[in-house]
Amino acid sequence: MSKFLEAIQENRKSILQDWVQRLKSVDRRRDLLDDRELDTDAKNVLSAIADVPAGTLPEDLNAAGWQPLKELLTNLSVSRAAKGFTPSETAIFVLSLKPSLFTVARQQWGKDAGELFLEISAINDYVDKLALHTTDSYIHGRDQVIARQQEEMLELSTPVVTLWDGIVALPLIGTLDSARTQVVMESLLQAIVQTNSRFAIIDITGVPTVDTLVAQHLLKTITAARLMGAECILSGIRPQIAQTIVHLGINLEDVITKSKLADAFRLALERSGRKVVRVDKSNGANTTSPRGV
Amino acid sequence: MAISGTVQKTETVPIVSSSDVVLVRQRVRIWTTEMKFSLVEQTKIVTAASELGRNTLEHGGGGSLELALVVNGARQGLRLRFSDKGPGIVDIALAMKDGYTTGSGLGLGLGGSKRLMNEFEIDTKPGDGTTITTIRWK
Repeated sequence: MSKFLEAIQENRKSILQDWVQRLKSVDRRRDLLDDRELDTDAKNVLSAIADVPAGTLPEDLNAAGWQPLKELLTNLSVSRAAKGFTPSETAIFVLSLKPSLFTVARQQWGKDAGELFLEISAINDYVDKLALHTTDSYIHGRDQVIARQQEEMLELSTPVVTLWDGIVALPLIGTLDSARTQVVMESLLQAIVQTNSRFAIIDITGVPTVDTLVAQHLLKTITAARLMGAECILSGIRPQIAQTIVHLGINLEDVITKSKLADAFRLALERSGRKVVRVDKSNGANTTSPRGV
Repeated sequence: MAISGTVQKTETVPIVSSSDVVLVRQRVRIWTTEMKFSLVEQTKIVTAASELGRNTLEHGGGGSLELALVVNGARQGLRLRFSDKGPGIVDIALAMKDGYTTGSGLGLGLGGSKRLMNEFEIDTKPGDGTTITTIRWK
């Protein structure tokens, strides 16, 4: 067993005290973590280091003996990532163990410079590895958060709304990349079947840039909807987008387009044999209004 | 060559993944807003940047965009220079033709971007990468 690990076992009480004191003195996030949690975290980590099975080498963090410690640090940094700690704040938790261990090393081997140097560099190496592991897990935790948010956004960004019997609308907002377009297309086609719709309005008011890739995605969606027997109307084409489409040379002649969603809706109503009529104020009800409107 | 002028300010954006194309659009939009291009011009420039940025990524295997503010006499312009170390373009005339594509797109990106910008220059050698320099004057 390594010498400094033995020293940690012998002096764990004083190390823990020193470490916790240092953790509380450094600039840390009292708003995110209270003292009691910090005490428990430090105690658990130190126990996991001190209680490692005899014969486990500190140089090899992949050894089975270090598994509990690594799991502990992983959970710790993932939970801190979720709480809003920065990577350095998370790493400092482990790195501030170093001075406490150096103090013990000086007490033990202070008289022999060669020995002291060997143990100090071993401690240094060991704590650095733990800190790196903490940072890795932190980033892994963040990645999971990002992946989850991406999935949530995919769901958020594709609401298909029913405007009327047989008329659905899909308001698109933001960047249309391949992954999103796939989801958009699927949810639109699904909605067409579910609501038995003959008309689908795709509104691109919220799409900032329409380049050839976006246009291609839109054309594919429109063609797919047409194959299912639904007529597509593209709305929300702003003046600057219209000019850009012309210059790019994208052919949208086969697609019915309108500048406003309201116009597209009116057209869909007309084509399905309906009409919007203003009700006469004096008699309240208008008997000439066609059924279904 | 017509593409000339004094460069006043530059910025480089790396293009290595599809999220970088989004970044390219955002940076170009910010530059065009700062240079007070009209909304129509802004949209045209951003769209051209989106096309060329995606080409850099998909055909050139990644590269970078250099934005520059160029001044030529009383004229001010935004210069976009996309460079990659990809396979290059064998036949420029064919590549510029509308509807011609080596990928799965519409084949309008290159010709379309030229129409969206004022000046357009392709510098390419097969096997030695491609640099596309384009300017929109104010």
